[in-house]
Amino acid sequence: MSKLRADLSIEFCGIKSINPFWLASAPPTDKAYNVVRAFEAGWGGVVWKTLGEDPAAVNVSSRYSALYGKNREVIGFNNIELITDRSLEINLQEITQVKKDWPDRVIIVSLMLPCEEKLWADILPLVEATGADGIELNFGCPHGMPERGMGAAVGQVPEYVEMVTRWCKTHSKLPVIVKLTPNITDVRAPARAAKAGGADAVSLINTINSITHLDLDQMVAYPVVGGASTHGGYCGTAVKPIALNMVAEIARDPATAGLPISGIGGIGNWRDAAEFMALGSGCVQVCTAAMLHGFRIVEEMKDGLSRWMDQKGYTKVSDFVGKAVPNTTDWKYLNMNYQVIAQINQDDCIKCGRCYVACEDTSHQSISQLIDAAGVRTYEVIKDECVGCNLCEITCPVQGCITMVPQKTGKPYMNWTQDPRNPRAENVAAVKAVEETVAAV
Amino acid sequence: MMIESLNYMPHPKQANAQLASHFTDLAPALNARQAAIESARCLYCYDAPCTRICPTGIDVASFIRNIHDENINGAATGILKQNIFGGSCARVCPTEILCEDACVRNHDAEGQPVKIGLLQRYAIDNMALSNHPFARAASTGKTIAVVGAGPAGLSCAHRLAMLGNDVVVFEALEKSGGLNEYGIAKYKLTDNFAQKEVNFLLEIGGIEIRHGQKLGANLQLKDLHAQYDAVFLGLGLGASKQLGLTGEDAPGLLAAVDYIAELRQASDLAALPLPSRAIVIGAGNTAIDMAVQIQRLGAEEVTLVYRRGFEAMSATEHEQHIAKDNQVRMRTWAQPQQVLLDDAGRVRGMRFERTTDVGGRLTGTGETFEIAADAIFKAIGQGMDVASISDPLASTLKRDGDKIYVDDQFRTVLPKIYAGGDCVAPGQDLTVQAVQHGKLAAHAIHSDINLQLEAA
Repeated sequence: MSKLRADLSIEFCGIKSINPFWLASAPPTDKAYNVVRAFEAGWGGVVWKTLGEDPAAVNVSSRYSALYGKNREVIGFNNIELITDRSLEINLQEITQVKKDWPDRVIIVSLMLPCEEKLWADILPLVEATGADGIELNFGCPHGMPERGMGAAVGQVPEYVEMVTRWCKTHSKLPVIVKLTPNITDVRAPARAAKAGGADAVSLINTINSITHLDLDQMVAYPVVGGASTHGGYCGTAVKPIALNMVAEIARDPATAGLPISGIGGIGNWRDAAEFMALGSGCVQVCTAAMLHGFRIVEEMKDGLSRWMDQKGYTKVSDFVGKAVPNTTDWKYLNMNYQVIAQINQDDCIKCGRCYVACEDTSHQSISQLIDAAGVRTYEVIKDECVGCNLCEITCPVQGCITMVPQKTGKPYMNWTQDPRNPRAENVAAVKAVEETVAAV
Repeated sequence: MMIESLNYMPHPKQANAQLASHFTDLAPALNARQAAIESARCLYCYDAPCTRICPTGIDVASFIRNIHDENINGAATGILKQNIFGGSCARVCPTEILCEDACVRNHDAEGQPVKIGLLQRYAIDNMALSNHPFARAASTGKTIAVVGAGPAGLSCAHRLAMLGNDVVVFEALEKSGGLNEYGIAKYKLTDNFAQKEVNFLLEIGGIEIRHGQKLGANLQLKDLHAQYDAVFLGLGLGASKQLGLTGEDAPGLLAAVDYIAELRQASDLAALPLPSRAIVIGAGNTAIDMAVQIQRLGAEEVTLVYRRGFEAMSATEHEQHIAKDNQVRMRTWAQPQQVLLDDAGRVRGMRFERTTDVGGRLTGTGETFEIAADAIFKAIGQGMDVASISDPLASTLKRDGDKIYVDDQFRTVLPKIYAGGDCVAPGQDLTVQAVQHGKLAAHAIHSDINLQLEAA
């Protein structure tokens, strides 16, 4: 077996890590026992489950629920757990010991406190004394804690984000990572606020307000707590698209350009991780996948990422971090002259008819169904009708059977701002000028 | 139905309970988890090939989606709407040449069809309907006679009742169900399922079944024709074909269907006569059913002999595998030449002549061999029981080969007399085909009656 060449080590806002895979602040990082098992399994770092003021939080039973796919694979996951339910003292002792025992691994301490500067000023030296590598401000927890004025209740108000971040920078020398909530209209606002407050990095996304499903007999949502339920924080594979977009929004926002991002949200394998990194994440945090499969998944994540990097000629992670950001743009800058057309590989087609009915019922009637005398069906793309929407390729159960083939139009790049069909074309340039001015300010 | 010609034979060595364990479900039912996994495999094809090929037109994709969405009653009702015998068809249909053969997943990477038959069975076995799923339309005041309480007759009766007609079913045998009750291998339809299904079907109301009524014996077609608004003949194929050899009546030689019927009705399997060596002649599903069942009862040596090759067998490949899995020996390219008898005139074996295909014609080679056996079971096909259509009116029915001629509306040449199932020419001799015949004939009858009503 040839040796893998790729160097997975990273430096994230001044913190060195043997690999970019960290465990997010969550049940898997609640105590030394779990964290030690994670380090033994090969994780580069952990964000220790959120500490708060004593007395510690108290949790309910039950706590988790899930959205399943057709084969009972967990697509989405939801929890109503609060921050750590163990005392501050025990947590600090354990952090100190684990960091001492595992000096090459990253330990970030997640914190959540009410918006009183003194509370932050008091706790930060205690955290610093553990030898931890940094702190993460939990401004994202969407369940329970916001009712007490913390978590997402802070993260949803940019002014609070900036204020608390500044307190932390004032009272601690540790790098400060601000964890952002997705339960907000425009994630760029709190990210800009974090930067304004002096944050060394942002991490996102925290979980999304959610109800996964209901017990229709008892007429109550899951997870059920004594006949009632409450909304929980949604995570797992299902949130990945939302998280990727929010990461990209911050990465390509001129106002936060260069601000390190720790990507979180539905990461379960090396490819997910690579995608977050390509959109600007310097490291990634994982929770749900580990909760479902155990810490061992990091082994395949490291192996897969290394091999992919070798294959692509990336020697270090920073070679591809952010590489997809320039290709992520506003709709108005997409090429109006680009054209793809569906092509069905007849040898691979299993004649299920899904492309046909999807296109016929809900799209552009661009696939014909031909039935011969023997009842054998053939599906063919009507090229002149196909708008290249990808629907047939998406609904086709056979991977690679339908491909979207770029057409040679012979036309140059032309975006919507340049398109004569745009009735407001003349305004677009002006709008862009305004946007650039705003960004510069 | 006695199999007296075997009375001198020994009985199985095992006790009834142990024997019964060899006749439990050949293909065990899916549990809920298995059904969930299997139903998730269905691609919900549009204009699905499985539905197109189903003789009764069951919307397979729809019922499987309902199973997956935990709407079992919806799935079952969807099946029964097209095929009131959906439960027995799920068990006895040769799905390997119908829906599962058409399944597009055969062409997908895993090359395995969705287990449509087992899913259909899952839906029917697990439905929990508080009432019969179908209501009867307003009464038409008409009464139709149905001859034969098999799948064709009862399917017709059920649909006629649903359309608002009353039905009287005349059945020669003691029990309803036809081949489902008397003719299917015991391990394919277990737990008295045939009777349960009949009882379910009768819940619709308006159907009376009279047993011990045999057409051509104590029942005349002309009387039915005179007394009822219409007659449907679902006679089946009651006569076993003959080998045409001397010794055909000898003790030890009998029709496979007669033994199977006895086996299915036996309350004590240990009391059945059991040859230690048996020959089964034929290559259809009945031949396989016979060979496998006698083997499972404890016969030492069972040989199935067929005059052509494996590829010509009407038993599907799946059925042939069942025979092989049960240690049935299969000899091809050999035809019966002589029944060998012992001093007492009982079967001691059979001499066969090797055959070959000469330009598409089966030809004896003159070379012979003998197989020693205590019993020979004929399974070379069934034909019309001529006695049942020999009364003065029935004998005027036009024939199509040895079957009854019908048009595309299942009308015979005699007005008001319809026929369907195995006794008519169209279609394959399959339960599912018979069900469809009965259903379509019911619609034809109902519509013809109403037309006459309007004309009057």
